[in-house]
Amino acid sequence: MNEVRLLLVFFMEIIIRPKNKWWQIDWKELWLFRDLFYFLSWRDIKVKYKQTIVGVLWAVFKPIATMIVFTIFFGKFAKMPSDGIPYPIFVYTGLLFWNLFATSLSDISGTFVSNERIITKVYFPRIILPVSSIITNFVDFLIAAVILIGMMIVYGYTPSLTGILLLPVFIIMTVLAALGVGLLFGSLDVKYRDIRYVLPFFMQILIFITPVIYPVSIVSERFRWILGLNPMAGVIDAVRAGILGVKEIDWLLLGVSAICLLVYCVVGYVFFKKVERYFADVI
Amino acid sequence: MIVIEAKNLGKKYKIGERERYLALRDTLTFMIKHPFKWLRGKLADITGSGTNDYWALKDINFKVEKGEVLGIIGHNGAGKSTLLKILSQITPPTTGEIRLNGRAGSLLEVGTGFHPELTGRENIYLNGAILGMRKKEIEKKFDEIVEFSGIGEFLDTPVKRYSSGMYVRLAFSVAAHLEPDILIIDEVLAVGDAEFQKKCLGKMEEVTSKEGRTVLFVSHNMNAVRSLCHKAILLNKGVIERYGDCNEVVDAYIAGHQQKNLVYSPSAPMERNGIVLSGAQLFFEGDELNNGKELTFKAKIELKKGQKFAASLFVYRGEELAFLASNFHDCPMNEELKPGNYELVFTIPPYLLNPGFHSLGLVISDHTGNMAQLLNVMNVIQFDLSDDGARRNSRYQLGWSGAVSPLLKTKIICLD
Repeated sequence: MNEVRLLLVFFMEIIIRPKNKWWQIDWKELWLFRDLFYFLSWRDIKVKYKQTIVGVLWAVFKPIATMIVFTIFFGKFAKMPSDGIPYPIFVYTGLLFWNLFATSLSDISGTFVSNERIITKVYFPRIILPVSSIITNFVDFLIAAVILIGMMIVYGYTPSLTGILLLPVFIIMTVLAALGVGLLFGSLDVKYRDIRYVLPFFMQILIFITPVIYPVSIVSERFRWILGLNPMAGVIDAVRAGILGVKEIDWLLLGVSAICLLVYCVVGYVFFKKVERYFADVI
Repeated sequence: MIVIEAKNLGKKYKIGERERYLALRDTLTFMIKHPFKWLRGKLADITGSGTNDYWALKDINFKVEKGEVLGIIGHNGAGKSTLLKILSQITPPTTGEIRLNGRAGSLLEVGTGFHPELTGRENIYLNGAILGMRKKEIEKKFDEIVEFSGIGEFLDTPVKRYSSGMYVRLAFSVAAHLEPDILIIDEVLAVGDAEFQKKCLGKMEEVTSKEGRTVLFVSHNMNAVRSLCHKAILLNKGVIERYGDCNEVVDAYIAGHQQKNLVYSPSAPMERNGIVLSGAQLFFEGDELNNGKELTFKAKIELKKGQKFAASLFVYRGEELAFLASNFHDCPMNEELKPGNYELVFTIPPYLLNPGFHSLGLVISDHTGNMAQLLNVMNVIQFDLSDDGARRNSRYQLGWSGAVSPLLKTKIICLD
């Protein structure tokens, strides 16, 4: 018994030093704080879906309304090509993943400043905040995905086997893209409070250079991989191909996106790590 | 066994940079307009030769044994909060290191992370987790927490509907049931009514004496420090001025402290949560400060951002809280105040204070619902109040007992 206690104490030794190396991820510590992760996500979900019906309706209303407006203006009036897929389902598939990316990104960017009270008063691994703020957006995504399933039944689309198998990969890629860019913006936001005014502008530009309202096929095959620099381009194109089961996945595009995504994540994480320990002094 | 060991601990801040954020716009304009100045600044940062640095803490060394209760006292700005923040890993030290043996839990504020939309029950779980409790622990302690707080039937009401008293009681109850190996507590007892404060102090005594927990305790309440702590550290301007037996250190602090100080004008104004206390002064007519005078306490504050707040004046006589006055009832505070400079004025009527040594503290709290403390500065003003002798006669010349000695209307009515 005594031996066990001694071991426990030894295990718990904490050394507080001026600097930790940025590449050190303390998995042990993250594991110790897993309940906090759970409760922070639970708080966001609780607060968002307090009025259950309003919460769910909003999660459904936003993508549907956007889809209708886009279908009317881009599909009908501007005659945007859609690779032969009916425009509503074409744009909805894109919007579904785009919204998961965009809302997560904007939540992550603001999470440090909006949780300033906790950050300045209590210690916990700060990475918990951005990761837990993805969860509510993921719930919204699941609710909105039900509509897509309905539309697929109505329009008669069946996903390909690769598409189904890769679905978790697409979701993880979307979330990681939001996390990588979000950590960068979030860390900057702590130091420079006017970053938050730049973000909506950035998002507005980004939706137009992402193939949400148009297919990647409008770019000639030789240069298409350049679109992959934007990780969401690869994901959305692959989702359309795989989930709607209309064509083969463009592996080159998806691969370029995956590599860029990793680069963004590393950059975002390094940046976050550099300022993480000073959050409490700056906020 | 040594549980906490601090070696050569130091923390450097840049003047003007602490707790202040920037606008990218301004930084970019500065970079373009004054590229050389900007470069020089960057270089100074890298080489660490900046002249605008000051040490909030320097050469701090101490050891804490298991089961020991260590008090940390000192004037405002002596570095107490910085030390606690380093110990609780909220901010890193610039030099030196600390070894902690065991799980440390810090309590720099009660009710951290309470969400107004969530119910009392939900907030117990959320706050518990934020303070570092595991889900199982919270479940085990849940009934005890609810009972201690006395909120009973309001358990399933969103906390935004709670009175501030209920809110604080619930918040403290969660905190009081925290069971880390090392507990780090900032001045959290300045909240709640007297009865609940007593209950909290009792709970803390129980925690420290019975359960043998190691505690670091910061307070301006010297009675609490004396009764709870074994040893104490007196900080002054970032260095340890005295370290040893609690009573001796407290005596030294009080001896060095009981001097008149009617003007508060700090060299580095204290800024917390976007509120800066830049100065304060106690005004009265004439030369002699006695209980027959009307006293006016004026504090200058600057709001960095729009705030809805309430201000409270804590009046201490000796080491005891005589009373606390607040402007909760006085309405302008219900509107959000725009950023800018403000003056807070509290007027103490004549013949209220009981002659003796007094000190005034100022607390500014959030008035948007959760009543969290935004700024807490004790011992802003100290003064010795003499007796003007108006209610003396030749028979009674001794001091009056009690926290205050108001001049009441008295009558003797003959009923025959």
